[in-house]
Amino acid sequence: MNSETMLMMLIALPFAGACLAALFPPNARNAETWAAALVTLGAVVLSASLFPAVATGTPVRLNIEWLPTLGLSFSLRMDGFAWLFSMLVTCIGFLVVIYSRYYMSPDDAIPRFYAFFLAFMGAMLGIILSGNLILLVVFWELTSIISFMLIGYWYQKADARDGARMSLTITGVGGLGLLAGVLLIGHIVGSYDLDAVLDSGDLIRSHPLYVPAICLVLLGAFTKSAQFPFHFWLPNAMAAPTPVSAFLHSATMVKAGVFLMARLWPVLGGTYEWFWLTGFAGAASLLLGAYFAIFQRDIKGLLAYSTISHLGLITLLLSLGSPLGAVAAIFHMMNHATFKASLFMAAGIIDHESGTRDMQKLGGLFKLMPYTATLAMVASAAMAGVPLLNGFLSKEMFFAEAIETHADSILDTAAPYVAVIASAFAVTYSIRFIHAVFFGERPADLPREPHEPPFLMRLPIQLLVLACLVIGIIPAITVGSFLHIAVVSVLGADTPAYSLAVWHGLTVPLGMSVIALIGGALLYVLLRHYLAHCEEGPPYFRRLKGQRIFERVLVFVSWRFARLVEATLGTRRMQQQLRLLVAVSLVAAAIPFYNSNFGLGLFELGQIDIPFALLWVIGIACAVGAAHQAKFHRLVALILLGGAGVVTCITFVWLSAPDLAVTQLLVEIVTAVLILLGLRWLPKRWEDTELGRAPISTKLRRGRDLLVAAVAGLGMTLLSYAVMTRPSPDTISGFFLRKAYEEGGGRNVVNVILVDFRGFDTFGEITVLGIVALTVFALFRRFRPAPDTIESPEQQRIQAATDEERSDRITGQTVSDYLLVPSVIMQWLFPVIIVFAAYLFLRGHDLPGGGFAAGVAMSAAFILQYLAAGTVWVEDRLRILPVNWIGLGLLIAGCVGIGSWVFGYPFLTSYSQYIDLPVIGEIPAATAILFDLGVFSLVVGATVLMLIVFAHQSIRRLRAAKISTTTIEEVA
Amino acid sequence: MSGLILTWSVAIAQILLLAAMAIAAIRVIRGPRAQDRVLAFDALYIASMLLLLTFGIRSGTTMYFEAALVIGLLGFVSTVALAKFLMRGEVIE
Repeated sequence: MNSETMLMMLIALPFAGACLAALFPPNARNAETWAAALVTLGAVVLSASLFPAVATGTPVRLNIEWLPTLGLSFSLRMDGFAWLFSMLVTCIGFLVVIYSRYYMSPDDAIPRFYAFFLAFMGAMLGIILSGNLILLVVFWELTSIISFMLIGYWYQKADARDGARMSLTITGVGGLGLLAGVLLIGHIVGSYDLDAVLDSGDLIRSHPLYVPAICLVLLGAFTKSAQFPFHFWLPNAMAAPTPVSAFLHSATMVKAGVFLMARLWPVLGGTYEWFWLTGFAGAASLLLGAYFAIFQRDIKGLLAYSTISHLGLITLLLSLGSPLGAVAAIFHMMNHATFKASLFMAAGIIDHESGTRDMQKLGGLFKLMPYTATLAMVASAAMAGVPLLNGFLSKEMFFAEAIETHADSILDTAAPYVAVIASAFAVTYSIRFIHAVFFGERPADLPREPHEPPFLMRLPIQLLVLACLVIGIIPAITVGSFLHIAVVSVLGADTPAYSLAVWHGLTVPLGMSVIALIGGALLYVLLRHYLAHCEEGPPYFRRLKGQRIFERVLVFVSWRFARLVEATLGTRRMQQQLRLLVAVSLVAAAIPFYNSNFGLGLFELGQIDIPFALLWVIGIACAVGAAHQAKFHRLVALILLGGAGVVTCITFVWLSAPDLAVTQLLVEIVTAVLILLGLRWLPKRWEDTELGRAPISTKLRRGRDLLVAAVAGLGMTLLSYAVMTRPSPDTISGFFLRKAYEEGGGRNVVNVILVDFRGFDTFGEITVLGIVALTVFALFRRFRPAPDTIESPEQQRIQAATDEERSDRITGQTVSDYLLVPSVIMQWLFPVIIVFAAYLFLRGHDLPGGGFAAGVAMSAAFILQYLAAGTVWVEDRLRILPVNWIGLGLLIAGCVGIGSWVFGYPFLTSYSQYIDLPVIGEIPAATAILFDLGVFSLVVGATVLMLIVFAHQSIRRLRAAKISTTTIEEVA
Repeated sequence: MSGLILTWSVAIAQILLLAAMAIAAIRVIRGPRAQDRVLAFDALYIASMLLLLTFGIRSGTTMYFEAALVIGLLGFVSTVALAKFLMRGEVIE
């Protein structure tokens, strides 16, 4: 297996595993764990076996064209840094999967957990391995969405829902910022390819758009990595199940931000702006995170703030612009992931075994769970930066960098003090965690009796803690070479000389470590009694809650501001909306008219064809009449609209577009019936007979509307006239005319375009049509008509009364007598129209017709039956299942499209051929005709579905809409 | 000669049919009753079907007959629907 395939598999495996995991039954806890463990172990093996290829120094690459015209490609790229990270993600993922088996309760929805967990791992690997910045953003957003699902896993809990929503909002906003930033970088460089971007550092840094670009990219990174001032989502995300926190908030999700900063550090870093932005955010997160962590009561809250603080440390290191700082940052990302994952898992064990995570309630657990306690102590010592553990090494490097001067400023001068104080805080909260949980008095009222967890639940922590120890004692031998290839792949030729030794002699950084350790321990001794009884949150900052501010902002934006805008700018009145729309388009169209002078084209107005002109006079009269009558005489307007429609159809024929005319005529007829069906349910309207005495304001408003409408219509006329008097540019139509027969196998160019050249568009359109029909259906299920239309119409009541009154008539006789002869003819026409539809369909490929026209004609056949005999009669005899027709149509069209893949052609490539049938003769047999069959079926289904839901309203018992009397008056 | 006769007769037929359409349109617009409008609308459809046929004759192809066939076969559907609406207050019951 070559390394490109392995790279692809590394991405695909977790997603495939996620799909698989989702299919397990809810109670298959062990099978799930086996499957997930195998998948993650496979990913570990895959990334490990990529090491030889990566170690050569050239990245492993895989490039699949995605949207080549837009410069997008699905390209994966693994260099040393990406390798290190993918090892980290897959290994910790594997350990967390094992741990989750024991953590999750049998009542939880295990398939959902593992499915999202594996999908998250895939998305995270996607971020790490993306070789294209846009692809990176896609995976970035994917991690935001999946983390929403994981944090909100226990969706029955309010805090889980709130935490999930908050993290999605914050990281989602950051993701949008990142997308904009990446687009800017792509604009500067001219490519989204990561290699191209990494090669153009000088170009980017000297570009005027540099500052906006880094602001946007850093917005993405800071939100993801929970950096100040976006840090507050992370503590709230602790409502997630602990395995999720152990994976997302130690090794993956929050690391994505610092990963991106390190990835782009060679091109974006090293400037003054970068230094200030990242330096400030990093220092603030480092200090505040550590300070807040001391005062948490919840173990996971403590760990969350500690994570913010450690990520701040990494950000601060990356701000410095020195290669040694970058080395320390990469090293600390690794170390932090190992000790923090094990600490989260330890916190989960404590919670699981004792039933609480509140450090004021816990205590004395050392005697009950000595192994876990020892492991947690070692991991916390690594967190505090105690020598001989991995946390110490990277912290030493950080101290060494902090005392150097990089960019002469207050921030730089303050750096050593900030570093020592934050480290002292880290020591304090680490001691607090250990002391409060494992030592002191054993409380009597714990929810559960704690004991050691099962061996396998402890095993992941043991392995991670072992890693902390081994790296801490013999760093150069164990991780030296791996770290080195990662560093070289980021820094390239600038790789500085660094040493991973534990003992550097009596140096200033060592002195700072000692001060921090002693100071932190002293601070804990001082604060001990306060911490045992204090309320939640740090002193002085307790009132200032990021969460509260966030919620205020959300309420303002999504509620008050939205309401304000709606109240001031919005309207529910159709007239005002239309007025606005027309006015805006009028202005928009008038500006080019004004700027570049309106002028007619070169064509002379030809001789007027008198019959044609007469035809148009009729059409215009009908159209204007329809507009005039539309408000109070809907039926008249509808009839006039029909007149205008028929004139349009004749125009199509006149201008040699018979296929268009056929389709339009059919649509006219069916639409007229559908509108008539709807007319019954519209609230009644009476013309104000005292029109002459309407108030002056009404008159003025109507006059203004008339003026707007007239100007807009005139403008449209001028516009089309100007366009039509110019020679048309060389458009694509010539191509279609030439290629229709030879490539599409049909002579009806319009039909060939619809089902072949633009088949994909048609596929989309019929899908939309199906959706519309289903929406109409769904809306009508809860239809509440206006109160004045709920009764049966006046005519029916009068006729029914007459039937009752007269002794020689029986009830319902009027309706059964009515249109008796036409009814019979209409019923007999049913097969005739079906034949006609088949005829339209079959000849559609060469001559006017086609699936759409045939479908409309077919639905006209159904309409006639309903008209002739009524709903009940038809449905007793004919079972029409329009939804099935819709589904079948989509299925046929989709299958025909996919069918061309089988033969190795792109989606919806058609194949054409004529076959000779006995009796019928030669008929065209393009695969496009099958596609057309799908169109036909869908059109029949959609039209008939809408018809039936309308028709059923008359035989349903309806409830009137709840409209208050004031609204009715307003409408009237 | 016969060609000339055909040309002229088709032209006259078209003018007359258009005049018929115009008159029908006037009735549709003026009414006064809804029934008048529906009848006139049906007449408009019939006249336009014939117009399409003359158009086919003039251009010498059968291509345009398709549209005339649609009106002939289905043109009455809207008329029936309108009639039903006037009589019963709703189209399908």
